[in-house]
Amino acid sequence: MSRSTRFDTKKVNSELVNLTYGTLVAQMVKDLDNPDDVSKQLDRIGYNIGIRLIEDFLSKTGTARCLDLKDTADKIQTAFRLYLGVQPNVVNWSPAGDEFSFILDSNPLTELVELPENLKQLKYSNVICGAIRGALEMVQLDVQSWIVQDQLKGDQNTEIRVKFIRRLEDAMPAGED
Amino acid sequence: MADDILFDLLHSEIINYTLRNVDDNEKDKNSDKKDEDLSNLEYIGFSTGYRIIERLTREMPRFKDELDTLKFICTDFWSAIYKKQIDNLRTNHQGVYVLQDNAFRFLNRLSNGKQYLEVAPRYVAFTCGIIRGSLANLNVHCLVTADIQSLPSCKFHIQVQRV
Repeated sequence: MSRSTRFDTKKVNSELVNLTYGTLVAQMVKDLDNPDDVSKQLDRIGYNIGIRLIEDFLSKTGTARCLDLKDTADKIQTAFRLYLGVQPNVVNWSPAGDEFSFILDSNPLTELVELPENLKQLKYSNVICGAIRGALEMVQLDVQSWIVQDQLKGDQNTEIRVKFIRRLEDAMPAGED
Repeated sequence: MADDILFDLLHSEIINYTLRNVDDNEKDKNSDKKDEDLSNLEYIGFSTGYRIIERLTREMPRFKDELDTLKFICTDFWSAIYKKQIDNLRTNHQGVYVLQDNAFRFLNRLSNGKQYLEVAPRYVAFTCGIIRGSLANLNVHCLVTADIQSLPSCKFHIQVQRV
């Protein structure tokens, strides 16, 4: 008897990440009473992932220094493709050029997810915002990132907004000369 | 595929999150506790395993028996998740199985000495849950424990519970 055994590794990988993440969120919802606290925790987890993920990104892509924020946006776009397998569009630049959005037609993270009525305020994909913030902080860019539109809440697309705050300067840790 | 690193990082964050929670809750109660409470971590693994196995085996014919199921876990399932097969499967044919992985994915990045042996259980609890969850969904109800003697190898003991 032969059983077709080879799985589609790529698909298994992303489902594994999706399902694990989903279980984690479910556990958090159980642990914390307030969905806003859960969103905050997810952002923090994203941040922790981001500060490590950037190294992997830099080593894999051999990316050089960004010249401006447009450049940075393109690089993040590449990262989306690399890690989540989707290519978001970079749109909605602010006139000052310090704010932009990623629009995802489909969000791979939420493919297998439905939000129950009582959790409509939960920002399920906040982990992505956190990861962007964490990764950019490691290359000395202080940004804010948040979700504007969410397919889980019935919007057409998922929109993630990124706002440039300032450039971080190298600073000596306190107490060292 | 780059998703690999995502799972590694997510796994570390889950450990981080569950342990921090335990710390907050139980710091006062027993400050000299020896064993960390890894039950939440195991449970997250259980739920994940329970779901992932359903998606993996959807198109597959039914397994012949318990041993056939376990073999599937050691080969295809293990390579799908841990990128290699189990190195050794032993059984007493009475419901006890021992799965040995000589270079377990989550322990591979720890240095090999004795230094981190103490914290190593954190890195296998999730997997114990995954095994228990997937087997539970395949109607093999069991207890799974892990045994780490020298990094990065790890033995998973599966004890099937007969009703």
